[in-house]
Amino acid sequence: MFFWICVACGVVILAFILIPLVQLLIAPAPEMMKKTIMDGDVRAALRVSLSTAGAAALISLVFGTPLAFFLARNNFKGKKFIESVIDLPIVIPHPVVGIAILSVTGREHWIGRILGDLGVRILGSHVGIIVVLTFVGMPFYINAAKHGFEAISPRIEYVSRSLGASMIGTFFRVTFPLAFRSMLMGVIMCLARAISEFGAVVIVAYHPMNAPVMIYERFEAYGLAYSLPISVWLLLISLAIFLVFRMLSMNVKGAA
Amino acid sequence: MIVIENLCVKLPGFSLSDINLRIKKNDFFVLLGPSGAGKTVLLEAIAGLVKTAAGTIRVNDRDISRLAPEKRGIGIVYQDCCLFPHLNVRENIEYGLSYHKIEAARAAELFGVLVDKLGLGRLLDRKTISLSGGERQRVAIARALMIEPAVVLLDEPLSAIDPQFRAELQHQMKRLHHSTRTTFIMVTHNFSEALSLATSAAIINGGRIEQQGDLMEIFKRPCSRFVADFVGMKNVFQAAFEKSLARVNGISVHTGAEASSRKGYIAIRPEDIVLSVTRLDSSIRNSFMGTVDSVIDKGFTCEVCVSVGDTVFNSLITRSALVDLGIEPGRELFVSFKATAVHSF
Repeated sequence: MFFWICVACGVVILAFILIPLVQLLIAPAPEMMKKTIMDGDVRAALRVSLSTAGAAALISLVFGTPLAFFLARNNFKGKKFIESVIDLPIVIPHPVVGIAILSVTGREHWIGRILGDLGVRILGSHVGIIVVLTFVGMPFYINAAKHGFEAISPRIEYVSRSLGASMIGTFFRVTFPLAFRSMLMGVIMCLARAISEFGAVVIVAYHPMNAPVMIYERFEAYGLAYSLPISVWLLLISLAIFLVFRMLSMNVKGAA
Repeated sequence: MIVIENLCVKLPGFSLSDINLRIKKNDFFVLLGPSGAGKTVLLEAIAGLVKTAAGTIRVNDRDISRLAPEKRGIGIVYQDCCLFPHLNVRENIEYGLSYHKIEAARAAELFGVLVDKLGLGRLLDRKTISLSGGERQRVAIARALMIEPAVVLLDEPLSAIDPQFRAELQHQMKRLHHSTRTTFIMVTHNFSEALSLATSAAIINGGRIEQQGDLMEIFKRPCSRFVADFVGMKNVFQAAFEKSLARVNGISVHTGAEASSRKGYIAIRPEDIVLSVTRLDSSIRNSFMGTVDSVIDKGFTCEVCVSVGDTVFNSLITRSALVDLGIEPGRELFVSFKATAVHSF
């Protein structure tokens, strides 16, 4: 009986996820899809989405990896607090993230003044979008990478060091290859989160318009039918990226 | 020579205090102790992998106490091997070469010797994930010795291996030790394993060294109750083997099988030794006349020490048997045990 309850729940959930997505994919006519992708504005919006999400994932990788490694290898007072701080962006409502970032990057805040003096503009800029996407995406990367590092016995690293490798040498020759899969999964999660972000972006940078903002604008201005094709394109691109990374990580698993 | 003086390590919930050890160059030294005694922590402290709170470690007159692990020239082999799973056997063994100035010809020669002595020839291109426990341990030992470290630390290398392969690896380790200039420090809790490999040892308990010195001396003259209990294995005698006969202090003991070497040790468990007033008329091949030295009350059982010449046998008998046989110090008795009860190593 319990088995069939589990199966029934599974079927309902799968249907719940798949039916809207399949409907989305089959709704727009092929010529409408073609016409949409030929539209320069749409291509620009998709480019903005991909480039800013990619930059956010890259920043998370470069700056998040050392922190994830540090947290995985050290126990200290206040570690739980730091981990909670890292998780904060996951639970903060998205528009609040945008407001919070704007509040420290405006001229009335010292950080905003320094950025202004350096010629860095946050409001309505690519940089602003990247800042927002990094803010919301980085926790996903750090958590995945940290779990990857935790799964590697520190003793393997000890052995490497006893054989003459420095800490950095050990990281690149042992830890990184072994944690690569987790790090890649972290990048996927961060990228997926960043591509899908709307609430925070719309506050910080309505322009340059990224894909979710454009979908919202077209929906508001012209209705559902007009916002469907670009939604499908964003979905297809996201799926393609997800599949490529997934295949990459499976290859790595096979190699190990 | 490795000299450790006043070494202290403080970890949350555990500490090593005042560790003093002197280990001769090229020695095979064992560190014996129960679980949680601090054996692995001590090894990791020597290797520089855990922070020391005080004390010095000198290897061949070089103070290495403050050096990073990679600068110490000390290899470590863990019980769970810790092979690099993304590298094959050859790549694992050669991992350390890029960090050491070892001539290519010398490296090739050393590689050949290690592969040959540890029987790794067929495994070189295998993934480490497909190796058996014994094979993994042999690869880990070869990897550590490939960089010709001054010292190699072995953390219970034999304990995770099937008993039938243990003797083989033990033998290989002994041969390797003879052919290298490396000092071996091995952690174990198995006394017979220690006896067959090493000559000197230290007993560690609760983060302190209880006793150190010659292994047989520790066994014969334990300095504390803990060491006596820990060493536990009674009736261990040095012996010279001739086929299936072991000569111990002038008496000949029949053993169950032919020994593989000419000199070694025999051990008989106290409960396997039978005491009788007259010579037993049975298939038991070892029977000697002796005199009761002492009787130690152990509750339900009694430990009876009987001298046969210069050799003292410990026998464990029930209290009723003690009364029935009228055993008391000075009484003459027969000490008998089966050839199969004799453990030789």
